[in-house]
Amino acid sequence: MVLDCLGQRCPLPVIALARSIADVPVGGTVTVLADDPAAANDIPAWCRMKSQDYLGSPAPNSYTVRRAT
Amino acid sequence: MDAATAAPMHPVAREALLAALDDGWADPDRLYASGRRARRLFEAAQSSAAESLGVRPDELSFWPSGTAAVHAAVLGGLAGRERAGRTLVHSAIEHSAVLHIAVRHAATRHDNAVEVGVDRLGRLDLDAWRAAVTADGTALASLISASHEVGTVQPVDAAAEAAREAGVPLYVDAAQSVAHAPIPTGWSLLSASAHKWGGPPGVGVLVVRKGTRWRSPYPVDDLYRPQAPGALGLPAVVAAAASLRAALDEAASEAVRLSALVDRIRAGVTGTVPDVEVVGDPVQRLPHLVTFSCLYVDGEALLHALDGHGFAVSSGSSCTASTLRPSHVLEAMGVLSHGNVRVSLHRDTTEAEVDRFLAVLPGLVADIRKEAGM
Repeated sequence: MVLDCLGQRCPLPVIALARSIADVPVGGTVTVLADDPAAANDIPAWCRMKSQDYLGSPAPNSYTVRRAT
Repeated sequence: MDAATAAPMHPVAREALLAALDDGWADPDRLYASGRRARRLFEAAQSSAAESLGVRPDELSFWPSGTAAVHAAVLGGLAGRERAGRTLVHSAIEHSAVLHIAVRHAATRHDNAVEVGVDRLGRLDLDAWRAAVTADGTALASLISASHEVGTVQPVDAAAEAAREAGVPLYVDAAQSVAHAPIPTGWSLLSASAHKWGGPPGVGVLVVRKGTRWRSPYPVDDLYRPQAPGALGLPAVVAAAASLRAALDEAASEAVRLSALVDRIRAGVTGTVPDVEVVGDPVQRLPHLVTFSCLYVDGEALLHALDGHGFAVSSGSSCTASTLRPSHVLEAMGVLSHGNVRVSLHRDTTEAEVDRFLAVLPGLVADIRKEAGM
């Protein structure tokens, strides 16, 4: 799954991620596209707070998360 | 609740300021009677502030703001060591006044800046620090005494020892610690800001210890004596020195009182607001400052909602910054930056105010989340 949050200001990309994670099967991944400078920090922080796996940034403005629970 | 930006003026500061307006308007460098009166006032303020900080009067100078004192410390410290090295070592959580110098310094030919990271609690990575200060060409090392954004007290003594072993002078930005926590030891340069201890705005303090190489970065007569260019706001300087003494007299009891209120906020926020992260070291921290981040919350919206209820707080969220970037401190720690609130207390903060803050906060956060569809 890819969430296009380009042009959205924080916390909107993290809100979109939180809303969509329920639609991802456990073990599946979602990639968030976001160019707000806070996303690079806040998406990994969300993963830590919500016990999900942050897999890294495969490309600029792109962040991949694996649903762990 | 934003004492870390500026605390309300201490009653002693107000009294001293009013008294000094009558006697301190003249230029202390002039030789006629009113000038000599101003000179005596200046020297009394300098001696008093030096005694408060445990340094010699001729090691202490006043500057037009805390930021001006930071600039004088770092730029003057680098200039004084030009022959020894060209590298500025600094923590990743310095005040932006230091980081702006680092960026400019690194952009010039031959010069260099090295940033040392912190852990999740905002505490300096001492191993990386030791390596950085020991490296060839290090001119000056800069470390904030305690994080101005999350309150984590830094291991200044250990950092100072590493710098001393490497023969590198250490600059400590003590703006958040003075009159709240003990002043660290082992440094060569230190600065502070009066309006954070209850003094008037527009007074910074710089201490350059004897034997430290310092050269003025400004066009002045005496390049080797730290002194702000231009006329000082002497009445404000007098008020700053008087309030420093008063604030230090109260510091120990206030630290106990405010630390208990901060513990109350830490427990209250975690207990009543879901999806919240209190950031910074829970123990090795400033007594009066606490920071937390709320998931899915726009920091600017929360700041305005709190303001509507009479609470002044600051935020490290990108939406509240002129640069639209999240706080470099929260980034360096790797903690959530949106929905961020910094609460910092002062001598006028009451338990009832803290309780009212804790009573309104959960509803405001819930409203903002609801509006965002969470």
